[in-house]
Amino acid sequence: MGDFFTTFADALPQLLSGIRITLILTASGAVLALVLSFLFGLMSRSRSIMVRGTSRVIVEFFRGTSLVVQLFWFVYAMPIVTGFQLDDPVYAGIIALGLNYGAYGAEVVRGGLNAVPQAQWEATIALNMTPLQRLRLVIVPQAMAEMIPPFGNLLIQLLKASSLVVLVGIADLSFEAEKIRLTNATEATAAFSISLVLYFVLAWLLNTGMRAWEGHAKAKLGRPVPRKRLLQPVRADQGGAV
Amino acid sequence: MATDTTAAQVETDTQALGPVVNFDKVVKRYGELTVLDELDFSVKPGERVTLIGPSGSGKTTILRLLMTLEKVTDGVIWVEGEPLSHMRDSGGELVPANEAYLRQMRKRIGMVFQQFNLFPNMNVLRNITEAPVHVLGLSKDEAAVRARELLELVGLSDKENAHPSKLSGGQQQRVAIARALAMRPDILLLDEVTSALDPELVADVQNVLRDIASSTDITMLIVTHEMHFARDVSQRVLMFDKGKIIEEGTPERLFSEPREERTQKFLRAVLEGR
Repeated sequence: MGDFFTTFADALPQLLSGIRITLILTASGAVLALVLSFLFGLMSRSRSIMVRGTSRVIVEFFRGTSLVVQLFWFVYAMPIVTGFQLDDPVYAGIIALGLNYGAYGAEVVRGGLNAVPQAQWEATIALNMTPLQRLRLVIVPQAMAEMIPPFGNLLIQLLKASSLVVLVGIADLSFEAEKIRLTNATEATAAFSISLVLYFVLAWLLNTGMRAWEGHAKAKLGRPVPRKRLLQPVRADQGGAV
Repeated sequence: MATDTTAAQVETDTQALGPVVNFDKVVKRYGELTVLDELDFSVKPGERVTLIGPSGSGKTTILRLLMTLEKVTDGVIWVEGEPLSHMRDSGGELVPANEAYLRQMRKRIGMVFQQFNLFPNMNVLRNITEAPVHVLGLSKDEAAVRARELLELVGLSDKENAHPSKLSGGQQQRVAIARALAMRPDILLLDEVTSALDPELVADVQNVLRDIASSTDITMLIVTHEMHFARDVSQRVLMFDKGKIIEEGTPERLFSEPREERTQKFLRAVLEGR
């Protein structure tokens, strides 16, 4: 047990630097994914078949190809094809994660917008709002309440998928854990156990944050706030069934 | 010289008395189903017209076409002498209206819906001020002043900070009326505005509308099954069946001595349904 704590103490600075990279990848990837989700999600509702088609092709392409291969492509193939090399493979990681999860998020945005009743759109037209005002002032704020839970799932998946960047040599949390093992194979258990716990804690923090956001969004719409907690049995009066 | 003056006078008069709404052979089809069949009718400025008829007779479609929530299949709708469903291209020909043109025309028209359709992401005051601020460009203070006046008119001054979900149906509908009026429309469309309300809440909403009808010169097109309300508020009633007007007249005449058998049957059914 003493060994474990010594190892933990020794490994901590490395792991913390790994966490920093993991957080940068997750946060930047999520911001890019969110922007692309709305871009492609809104495009998929366009009246123009060209705009709709473009969005569909991009979304299907990034949902249908491997994140690892996308990552390799941005790091190794793109410089050859385009003559442009990203300064840091971390950028490639952010772009690949953003595109991949943006493609999934586009479906979330599309579903969320579709969930807002047609009557709300009609009220915005009757008040002579521009198409952009309809979305910004009325539709998106209501759709967000529907979008936050699936966005939360995607965010956790994105966090975990960010560990794939070790394959292009980015020093994230899982890379640092692997480095500890390579330096001293006997510390493998400690290194990986600690990084498992660290991933779990990060995921739990993100999940808690998203739940708080969901509660806030639902309260603003005058809907009951979900109060599901870990390990708490669902009571009859909390379920949908009466 | 005298003739000129008279001609000019006549022209001004015609403009002043010209219809505020004019349907010119308007056809609306959904696939095979013809909802409006070469419909012609017009509404004078300040006039209150009630549209009655069995469901599916096309009366709500008329309001939805005027609010540009639907597009005409054929024919032209004119509002204040300008085409609504269409615009003029560079050669002066009528072509289907684009969004920019529709926004110009739509500002003259307001609508209150059967299901209120308040925005649940805003409190009562913001429901009313949002469009005046963002669409008309009023300052937040100006819009709030206007909104509070309207809330007083509809008897809900104490509810400006309430969330729509905390209001009764009748209160929500009165907020919706205030929201529509805040845009200062020339024409107000009322689409079965009391149909979704509990019976005891209907009177409050109708009284608000009676006040508005008597204190403003706003043109109203009203779809309702409440014949008393129609009689109090409107000067003319149009009876629709199968996308056509089959009878029209003053509410007094049409309700007491309907000429068409279809109208008699409909009125009997409505009275028995109450």
